[in-house]
Amino acid sequence: MTTVLETVGLKKRFGGITAANDVSLRVEKGARHALIGPNGAGKTTVVNLLTGVLRPTAGRILLEGRDITALDVHERVRLGIARTFQINQLFSDLTPLESLGLAVSERLGSGRDWWRLAGSKSGIVEEVMELIERFHLVDVMYERTAVLPYGKQRLLEVALAIACRPHVLLLDEPAAGVPETERHEILSAVAALPADVTVLLIEHDMDLVFSFADRISVMVNGALFVEGAPAEVARDPRVKAVYLGEEAVHA
Amino acid sequence: MLVAHAPVHEAAARLRARARWRPFEIAFWLAALASYFLMPSWHLILAEVAILGLFALSLDLLLGYAGVVSLGHAAFFGFGAYVAGLIAKYGIVTEPVLALVVSGIAAAVVGFITSFLVLRGADLTRLMVTLGVALVLREIANRLAITGGADGLQGITIGPIFGMFPFDIAGHTAYVYSLAVLFLLFLLARRIVNSPFGLSLRSIKGNPLRAAAIGVPVNRRLVAIYTIGAAYAGVAGALLTQTTQFASLSVLDFERSADVLLILIIGGPGYLYGGLIGAILFKLMQDWLANLTPQYWMFWIGLVLVLIVVVGRERVSGWSLDFAAAVRGLARRLVGSRTLASSPQDRR
Repeated sequence: MTTVLETVGLKKRFGGITAANDVSLRVEKGARHALIGPNGAGKTTVVNLLTGVLRPTAGRILLEGRDITALDVHERVRLGIARTFQINQLFSDLTPLESLGLAVSERLGSGRDWWRLAGSKSGIVEEVMELIERFHLVDVMYERTAVLPYGKQRLLEVALAIACRPHVLLLDEPAAGVPETERHEILSAVAALPADVTVLLIEHDMDLVFSFADRISVMVNGALFVEGAPAEVARDPRVKAVYLGEEAVHA
Repeated sequence: MLVAHAPVHEAAARLRARARWRPFEIAFWLAALASYFLMPSWHLILAEVAILGLFALSLDLLLGYAGVVSLGHAAFFGFGAYVAGLIAKYGIVTEPVLALVVSGIAAAVVGFITSFLVLRGADLTRLMVTLGVALVLREIANRLAITGGADGLQGITIGPIFGMFPFDIAGHTAYVYSLAVLFLLFLLARRIVNSPFGLSLRSIKGNPLRAAAIGVPVNRRLVAIYTIGAAYAGVAGALLTQTTQFASLSVLDFERSADVLLILIIGGPGYLYGGLIGAILFKLMQDWLANLTPQYWMFWIGLVLVLIVVVGRERVSGWSLDFAAAVRGLARRLVGSRTLASSPQDRR
């Protein structure tokens, strides 16, 4: 297998706090890789470093062998890293149709077109409609995003990332806060991704992690702690020790 | 297949629907045209309104669409005004329309250069940086010999438009000219805001973090719209110089930056007509209130502003959807108070 995403000695310090310490992570192409760990372990910091929202204090990030540490967020998106946010980051005054239309046209390089009307390229609209159907947004596609029910907003959150046609998709707790009855819509959309799309999933829900992931990395206190196949990680006594408290709370 | 394709057509049509001409818009421009024939004695003041409207439109592109706040937009207005004056005075470009283009480009260059300062930081930083740039430019114009300093730039003669239509003392040519320029630039602005580029600006205004995360080059887009906004403001300034044959330091005054913001807030940002309607209302109020109480008209303007901010929460139909939110947000930034934010509508 080939490594698609790799971090080398990634470190992020906020003042006196080291949020990520010497994180060297390898994600294989096509993997369903989960990054787990207790609250405050630094998982979201890693996602922010990978996507360029934060700049590392030290270390490098390689995407398909290319050093992307110095690239801006949008440049990394063009190279194939897309993400969802733990807390919805949407365009409240735009409709789902407009939001997704923007994502698709940016990907195709026509986002800077200023002389033609939005909606005048039928190829883009066709692709957007496909996404809208796939993510069950048809009945709300003309509504302002701000007035959408939470479950629909969450679907749009994931749809926006997928509209970027990523090689590597970073999902930061995609099902967080979504009612049990609507979860499957998000999970089935993620499961339906092509096999060559690599997924890095951050999640607290252990059922979801173990049903989805073929590889698991555990972070504790900003550092990688254990990595392995789900069965190995589940057996690991150190992981059990870290998670015991939290599991007990969940149960 | 037919079933599958129908929503695509409808969706495309709905996306383009924002750009459709509404009856209100057609009526607005017909009224503007009619005013030329019906109000000949008002042409001087109407030309002023058109110029003010264009200036406010230029700010709307920044504030209403890209969410960039500015307290120094007069920098570009004034720069355009002085460039137009200088190139006319020294006979470099004598044809007004061509001079207008040159002035707009000159202001755009200043806008492009200063845009990199504005990219840094959040709203408060932007307010301060834009304010600072305008103050610096004003002081430069004050000190330079070529601009005439505090005396203003005198001895400007503006040639006839296209070599055929000379400016007249009653402002007939000035009004037609200003209105035509305003209309053409309005059409262009309308095109821009309804394009994918315009959509990306609205996304940046709404959520710059997410905009970047779906591949929008946020900084580049902001530089582009800032430059365009500066060009528009420069053209407005040049129009003022050409129609009054004079340019003074007042074109760079802080008050001018504050007035244009006020005008846009009165009319409502984010739907292109706010600046134009705001300019009309502002001039009417100025005229009416100044007659009523000559010394205290700023008192009334201030009162109106406060009322708009407080009452404006209730949406006025036909006005921008996010008008209330924009006003409230701006008021919050300017006043620095969070009390205005406590209405339940904020959670919209």
